[in-house]
Amino acid sequence: MGIGLEHFLIVSGLLFALGIFGIITRKNAIMVLMGLELILNSANLNFIAFARYGGLNIEGHIAAIFVIILAAAEVAVALAIVLNIYQNYKHINVDEINKLKE
Amino acid sequence: MGLFELAFYSFAAIILISALGVVLSRKMMYSAFSLLFTFFGVAGMYVLLNADFIAVTQLMVYVGGILVLIIFGVMLTQKITGVDIKDGSVGKLSFAVGGIMSAFIAVFFTMMYMNVDWFLKDAPITDSTITQIGKSLLTEYLLAFEVAAVLLLVAFIGAALIARRESN
Repeated sequence: MGIGLEHFLIVSGLLFALGIFGIITRKNAIMVLMGLELILNSANLNFIAFARYGGLNIEGHIAAIFVIILAAAEVAVALAIVLNIYQNYKHINVDEINKLKE
Repeated sequence: MGLFELAFYSFAAIILISALGVVLSRKMMYSAFSLLFTFFGVAGMYVLLNADFIAVTQLMVYVGGILVLIIFGVMLTQKITGVDIKDGSVGKLSFAVGGIMSAFIAVFFTMMYMNVDWFLKDAPITDSTITQIGKSLLTEYLLAFEVAAVLLLVAFIGAALIARRESN
């Protein structure tokens, strides 16, 4: 049996599950960001798999490009916020950060 | 087993093993380097799916940009006095909850993907997708393209402003 759409989809589903696991089990904000990157990559893999096998064709590629653009913008802003939090709290544990302003 | 199958299973193994390394390793630096291999594996998958431009973009943006930012973040947010780099993992309860939930998600997705009767239509064979992507970005998706450009500008100016140290 050759490689088809399902094979790529299953890889991306497993990647998504691993990303969710990373987000739930870590409390360091940067580890949460890494889990988020795994999830975005799995979504992108789905777009490209459907572009190749599901008749989505070039639209799938365009959607993947926009996902990559948004991921770049998101990670820049998120890391800026994380650095600011680190200056104020001296740690970046997401479950202990509960003040917007001192 | 043909070359395509061999390449697919190698890339799948690279992706899944290094993603496991990202979520399970004790030190954040090791997680960041595992993430590098995950990105490379996903780029290889894109090549297998005839998406050459997306594969190159993945390498340039994720590996060259996002991963470098994340490694900067890891290194800038460690306590200088601390001996080891803390991974900040939570207790056993949330480990169990996360494990059960992600196992459920993995099983659910796998069953769903195996059982659904997908609409299948092969993409037409082309030398390169770059011409098509360029044409449709500048005709059909021009507004979204411009909005994305403005969004990137705003996001990076905002990030630079937020991350700047207070001068007073």
